[in-house]
Amino acid sequence: MKGDRLFGVVVILGALAYAAGALQIQTSFMSDPVGSKTFPLVLAGVAVICGLVMIFRPEADPDWPGLATLGSLAISVIVMVGYAYAIKPLGFMLPTALCAAILSFQISPRAVPSALTGVGLSVGLFIVFKFALGLGLQPFPKGWF
Amino acid sequence: MDLLANLALGFSVALSPFTLFLAVVGCFLGTIIGALPGLGPSNGVAILIPLAFSLGLDATSSLVLMTSVYYGAMYGGRISSILLNIPGDEPALMTTLDGYPMARAGRAGDALVLSGFASFFGALFATIGLMLLAPILSRIAYQFGPAEYFALYLLAFSTLGGIASSNQAKAALASCIGLGIAMIGLDNQTGMPRLTGGNLHLLDGIDFLVAIVGLFAVAEVFIFIESHGRGSSIGVKLDKVTLPVRELVRGIGTMIRCSVIGFIAGVLPGAGASLGSFLAYVAEKKWRGGESSGFGKGNPQGVIAPEAGNNSAAGGALVPMLTLGVPGSGTTAVLLALLMTLNITPGPTLFTDRPEVVWGLIASLLIANFVLLAMNVPLVKIFVKILTVPAWVLLPGVMMISFVGIFSLTGSYFDLLLMIVFGIIGWLFRKLNIPTVPIILGILLGKHMEDALRRAMILSDGDWTYLFSSGIAIGLWAFAVLGFVAPLFLRHLIKKPQAVSD
Repeated sequence: MKGDRLFGVVVILGALAYAAGALQIQTSFMSDPVGSKTFPLVLAGVAVICGLVMIFRPEADPDWPGLATLGSLAISVIVMVGYAYAIKPLGFMLPTALCAAILSFQISPRAVPSALTGVGLSVGLFIVFKFALGLGLQPFPKGWF
Repeated sequence: MDLLANLALGFSVALSPFTLFLAVVGCFLGTIIGALPGLGPSNGVAILIPLAFSLGLDATSSLVLMTSVYYGAMYGGRISSILLNIPGDEPALMTTLDGYPMARAGRAGDALVLSGFASFFGALFATIGLMLLAPILSRIAYQFGPAEYFALYLLAFSTLGGIASSNQAKAALASCIGLGIAMIGLDNQTGMPRLTGGNLHLLDGIDFLVAIVGLFAVAEVFIFIESHGRGSSIGVKLDKVTLPVRELVRGIGTMIRCSVIGFIAGVLPGAGASLGSFLAYVAEKKWRGGESSGFGKGNPQGVIAPEAGNNSAAGGALVPMLTLGVPGSGTTAVLLALLMTLNITPGPTLFTDRPEVVWGLIASLLIANFVLLAMNVPLVKIFVKILTVPAWVLLPGVMMISFVGIFSLTGSYFDLLLMIVFGIIGWLFRKLNIPTVPIILGILLGKHMEDALRRAMILSDGDWTYLFSSGIAIGLWAFAVLGFVAPLFLRHLIKKPQAVSD
């Protein structure tokens, strides 16, 4: 109930913001009968209707995870974002080992198997990507070797 | 005979050693992907597309490789359904209903063999159907103008929202989100940026591969983190694998009926494989005498029916995808993304301009089928071994492959961040019971749909009645409305069977 209602409100606000964005679209001197604004505006309209339906006819709530689980989800997201920034400057091996190990630990919290998973995936995937698929990956930061 | 000449062309492409090799590799990878719990056909194909693309294969080869993976995953999905009671994706859910009770009764081997043959029959039936139906449909498709295409896209979204989902508003919302995302970037007609918020990274729009990998693969990782990998690799022992001849012979009727049902469901744009396996199972249950048939308690026919329907629908879904450019299911939406990445425009012209692609694909599907039968019946034990890979190794692996795939495709951290965002959205939507396939379909078809509308309006000089100006267009509109509204009234008549719980 609550989840759907809350999300319905978010949808309506998002759709209104989208519509506002669509109204700002610059048109050029040559335009067609429909123009660049109509279709996005129609989409926003339909989304608002869907949001209203979700508010007034909500479905039963799913089982939301507890705080501890939300915490590990948050950690995973942070690690992934860090990985996205790290892979270019730091090379493939180190960030991959670290990120895979942390993700593995979030699924099954045992330190040694997680660490082994991280190292194993890092080395194994590097070999597959580099030599079997021929991707141009940088294994370590530039200038280390 | 046109058909024979075309097939000869197809086999001349497909029987080259390299293509054959790719088909076998694809089948093998696909079966593994399908068998692993938590990796279904759509996310499996999704994470492999960027890698296949960076291999630099030509169009036919990549298409053969990925469709073999697709067929293989459809076969492999039954392994985790039967042994672990975990469906790899939605269509495989029906197989758990009788497959898992059979496995618990010590008949896992029989269930695997029977479903393997059922998959083979369904897929073969569908491939032959594709061969016969696709050229005819592609000829009809020549009469499609922009108005008809607009109605067709609408039909795809409405059947996806109506038949294939349990809540119309949520499915329609997902379609809108997808279509809305597709609008971001440069406007095709005016060349002006739209809805980019001034962000330079968004000028080219959002790459559908980023969205697909995020919504399917990354979201799956979050789901597993949430459940802490519970419910994976428990499983039932598989001892001897024998050929249950009598039940196989008794199942031939089931296979034929369910393949026909599955194929029809697959051809409907937007409805897809889950509808195919569902309808096949429900219809066969009725045919065998409803509740008294023992369906749901480990009846072998209850394993044969959904698998034949599922695989037949998977093949059938290729028909609208190749001839009209409108995918019939989540995974074919991913394959459509592959075609677009390879710069192949699906549609009627594909059959006349690039016959070697189409017929090479069909021929390799025929070959892949026999390869898959060999892999999935005598060699099924190998794949059962793979099921013992624990979730805490598998899912980080999936994550890293997704990252490298997207990174090698675009080389930008911005796309990686977008992928994570899509992963979070995918997780949240799964929790809220909002389907994610319409988002993918929306991103893939959004520009085309808008272009069709705008071209129609240019042709008619702004007259909206042009959208209903031909018989085909009116028919498509009628089906679109019906497909969206009718399930509202039918829903309480047809109830989806619930999964077996321990």
